[in-house]
Amino acid sequence: MSGLDGAWTRRWIEAIAAEIATRKSELTALDRAIGDGDHGENLDRGFQAVLGKLDGLDDAPTPGAVLKLVATTLISTVGGAAGPLYGTAFLKAAMAAGDRPELDATGLVEVLTAARDGIVARGKAEPNDKTMVDAWGPAVEAAGAAGDDVRAVLEAAASAAAEGAIATEPLVAHKGRASYLGERAIGHRDPGAESTALILRVAADTQ
Amino acid sequence: MKKLINDPAKTVDEGVAGFAAAHSDLVRVVIDPPFVVVRADAPVAGKVGLVSGGGSGHEPLHAGFVGHGMLDAAVPGAMFTSPTPDPILEATKQVDAGAGVLHIVKNYTGDVLNFETAADLALAEGIEVQSVIVDDDVAVKDSLYTAGRRGVAGTMLVEKLAGAAAERGDSLDRVAEIARTVNSQVRSMGLALAPCTVPHAGEPSFELGEDEVEIGIGIHGEPGRARIALEPADRLVDRLIEPILEDLPFAKDDRVVLLVNGMGGTPMSELYIVFRRAAEVLAERGIDLARSLVGSYVTSLEMQGVSITLLKVDDELLDLYDAPVHTAALRWGR
Repeated sequence: MSGLDGAWTRRWIEAIAAEIATRKSELTALDRAIGDGDHGENLDRGFQAVLGKLDGLDDAPTPGAVLKLVATTLISTVGGAAGPLYGTAFLKAAMAAGDRPELDATGLVEVLTAARDGIVARGKAEPNDKTMVDAWGPAVEAAGAAGDDVRAVLEAAASAAAEGAIATEPLVAHKGRASYLGERAIGHRDPGAESTALILRVAADTQ
Repeated sequence: MKKLINDPAKTVDEGVAGFAAAHSDLVRVVIDPPFVVVRADAPVAGKVGLVSGGGSGHEPLHAGFVGHGMLDAAVPGAMFTSPTPDPILEATKQVDAGAGVLHIVKNYTGDVLNFETAADLALAEGIEVQSVIVDDDVAVKDSLYTAGRRGVAGTMLVEKLAGAAAERGDSLDRVAEIARTVNSQVRSMGLALAPCTVPHAGEPSFELGEDEVEIGIGIHGEPGRARIALEPADRLVDRLIEPILEDLPFAKDDRVVLLVNGMGGTPMSELYIVFRRAAEVLAERGIDLARSLVGSYVTSLEMQGVSITLLKVDDELLDLYDAPVHTAALRWGR
């Protein structure tokens, strides 16, 4: 594959929806341990709503158009903290993608960087605060160092996000509801970092 | 899980529909975008509009406080999940009478982010919006290293007093100032004897042994700051009220409103046992119990537990507390 087009972007989003539907109980269980136990349900509601709207797109949408549809739908359906955070991520990603018909490796890194920056700006979390930033940060860094093949960029981002999510386990949370627990959050993986790892893993696995 | 529900996915929808049917004299419900509970006579000419909202599961907060002298609209989100910006914006538009709108937001990350977004959208439509964040929970350390203190039962007192100020015709600036003053003088802390179960999750939000108590809980079924062995009620009350008294701090001759709030699954008789000890502690310290409120107002589904809230008042705040209110869950003087 040379670049990622709108059809690929759509397949990616559909695969995210399917994977979240499968793993929503697992995400919710992580959230129940250190949050309020609704992360999987909320994301599932949002991505199912996205599925219902994908058919309203043009026949050959740009990656940016698909990402923007995801953004507005998540903002209006997910709620909680995840809605505005993922909504902002996809919105900034859409803006970075612009009206390019395809994303090459450089464009993909720009899109991932914009998504991470959007989450940081909205949630004001820093690295090691035990949030989704701990998956997005390493993912963007690895993506930027992965060279000029899009598949390699996707794989690097997915692997780094997964490692980043696991690395949240020993941390004390400084943002979000888990921060109320102090040291009792230690030993639990952050659900937002895990859902980020899921989204990026699905991207790497989408042909 | 054993609950009086038809379908876990419809608990909020059906509950709001029932609320609307029961209280059609007080409220109207906008169904699209999902669920905005609006005071029946909104927008009230010349009056500042008050909007609050948050995840469902805390009933009667917030819809139960929509009506004369309190909120103009409530925005119920999914169970324990902040509403999205669209219905918050819709509520803001419905109650705006040209005098501006105040958003009263509990300090939870999701609520703050979604209300911020809605306020931006409302401003873009030319509606003047101010926001007050409620963070009365002393159980959480307020520092750079947490999301800050949570908004819990003190929220209803912010809504009551700010609502009374709006009803008497105060400006948006003044209503917001009163809301901030109330928030700065109200402190709460709660405990749970048993967790609650979110319908779509199907399992308790945390595990608690038969002889264990969770101290410092929030209102979303999240665990608190410590777990201890069960003790007599008076000792548990002391564990809640002492950090509250020390935090403001409340001093001799201060006048206070004392709210003993059930978390949803606690009998009134036990709330009064808690109240008895709390009032005794206030008397020992020479603090003047000006007004009392006992009931389940800011709940966490069927959680068994209680929270104690103290608000320091002066003559003006006491007048606002006493002002007439007519809502589904709180009614006096009218």
